[in-house]
Amino acid sequence: MPAKKLNLRKRYELLTRGMGWETTYQKMDDVFPYDSFEGIKITDWDKWEDPFRLTMDSYWKFQAEKEKKLYAVIDSFAQNNGQTNLACASYLSAIKLFITGVTPLEYGAHRGFAHLGRHFRGDGARIACQMQAIDELRHAQTQVHTISHYNKHFSGLHDPFHQFDRVWYLSVPKSFVEDAMSSGPFEFITSISFAFEYVLTNLLFVPFMSGAAYNGDMATVTFGFSAQSDESRHMTLGLEIIKFMLEQHEDNLPIIQRWMDKHFWRAYRLLALVAAMQDYMLTNSPMSWKEAWDVYFVENGGALFEDLSRYGLKMPKYHELATAESDHISHQVWSVFCSLGNATGFHTFLPTEEKMDWLSEKYPDTFDKYYRPRFEYWAEQKKAGTFEYQKGLPQLCQVCQIPMVFTEVQTDPMQISYRVTEHGGDKYHFCSDGCKDIFEFEPEKYVQAWLPVHQIYQGNCGGPTLPEVLDWYKFKPEDSGDYIGSKDYQRWQEWKGADKKVKQA
Amino acid sequence: MSNKKNTVFLILQDNEDARPIIEAVEQDNPDANIQYQPGMVRMEAAGRLLVNRVTVEENLGREWDVQELHLNLISLAGNIDEDEDKFEISWH
Repeated sequence: MPAKKLNLRKRYELLTRGMGWETTYQKMDDVFPYDSFEGIKITDWDKWEDPFRLTMDSYWKFQAEKEKKLYAVIDSFAQNNGQTNLACASYLSAIKLFITGVTPLEYGAHRGFAHLGRHFRGDGARIACQMQAIDELRHAQTQVHTISHYNKHFSGLHDPFHQFDRVWYLSVPKSFVEDAMSSGPFEFITSISFAFEYVLTNLLFVPFMSGAAYNGDMATVTFGFSAQSDESRHMTLGLEIIKFMLEQHEDNLPIIQRWMDKHFWRAYRLLALVAAMQDYMLTNSPMSWKEAWDVYFVENGGALFEDLSRYGLKMPKYHELATAESDHISHQVWSVFCSLGNATGFHTFLPTEEKMDWLSEKYPDTFDKYYRPRFEYWAEQKKAGTFEYQKGLPQLCQVCQIPMVFTEVQTDPMQISYRVTEHGGDKYHFCSDGCKDIFEFEPEKYVQAWLPVHQIYQGNCGGPTLPEVLDWYKFKPEDSGDYIGSKDYQRWQEWKGADKKVKQA
Repeated sequence: MSNKKNTVFLILQDNEDARPIIEAVEQDNPDANIQYQPGMVRMEAAGRLLVNRVTVEENLGREWDVQELHLNLISLAGNIDEDEDKFEISWH
């Protein structure tokens, strides 16, 4: 008689218990040197449990199936010239920002989880982190493979990893992930798995991939949803690790609350780029940034923190401000990109009349009052040939590294929000109290920030002129500037025959 | 803790694999709200949402491993309780 198949619980237990042991040749603290200095107290790693109870054999089986499905779609997309089915080639600005800003984040997360998969003392947690390390690498690879098809036809997609380490706006995601990677393992996992993946990742992937579906980008929908299926497991890991740490010792609560406050704010600031993508770069937007914020943060995040309140964990600091800002940030960030559009690796474009009407409808309290006049003024200038890009370089926030563009939305939405502090005789500037608090808790960390504008002025970025800096970024002249008139635009007109129609009319 | 039940949700890809699962959710969770959005289906309910293996198998006409859910999963919110027979999401 064949042996009875073990149930899920038992199989998971066999995989994750008893694989580790108390070392005797070396001290445990020498074998696991990183998991105690942060002050997190763990009394029993066996209390750790992955609710999905995924075993290695199931993991490989399901991941292989996901890959087969994904690559079948990628092949058929390429064979059928799927790129011609996009709503508009200007949509690809979102994909350009994604491949340069998000894909390297996935790779950073891979490195971080590989580190945790070695350095957590508990075997169950190590295995979950090892799986996630493989997932994150898969995400980076599948994104590169999928988007490489667009690279055959469009500008600005040729060297994302080189650009991630250099370009002014890409230092925003880079500094976020490197802040987490240079922390201890518990802070890393709180940052990436909980603050980013559980609390905020739905805002990145769900509306964005749904947006790709809405704009005829089948390739992105497919890699996005393929990645997102892993993401659900990561979110669950994030929630479990938080509950686990909180249950292990009451001293852990204030540490976790501080990390939560910090990484919520950092991840939220990073998502300001996504807000602009969602409201402005997508030709057709399935939902506005504000709507997504209300559903995925206010409602869902609210339910999450209510659930965690039994441990004493509170909503992250400044979450009310983030909600108040949801009426503003997409417009503010897109304005920055448009005003510095000669230095971006993607094309910028002013919102069309149709888009502005949609924005008025979605942002009845703010768009017409504060932002429509700005875009209309620029449109008039472009028509008259008097529009000029900003000549100077913007001041950056020392922590999130975003240009100082956010405003005092709760008191005076037309007043730029500036904060300043002194450390070691130098002044440091911030976009918000959230970023200032983060600096003041660990100033020695953030005084070392690699701020792109400072680096340009210090002569470390290829030279003193814009063409030299862009060359150092490996931006080609056709990558930047207005979408209208660009190579992408011309190619799109050729495919769509729109020029012909215009001539006939 | 208030008596108000917070929303849990499960989002699946809008494809043929997910259809029998979505139908099972509708059958087993009569109060669930099912929203079709571009490329995806969002199922939400107050406090608790259940995916029952037996119901999915009846719709599908074959054996179904609960972990196959992973293949078409996009996102979820709530605490998970999974075993051979069910996949359940709830807030405490």
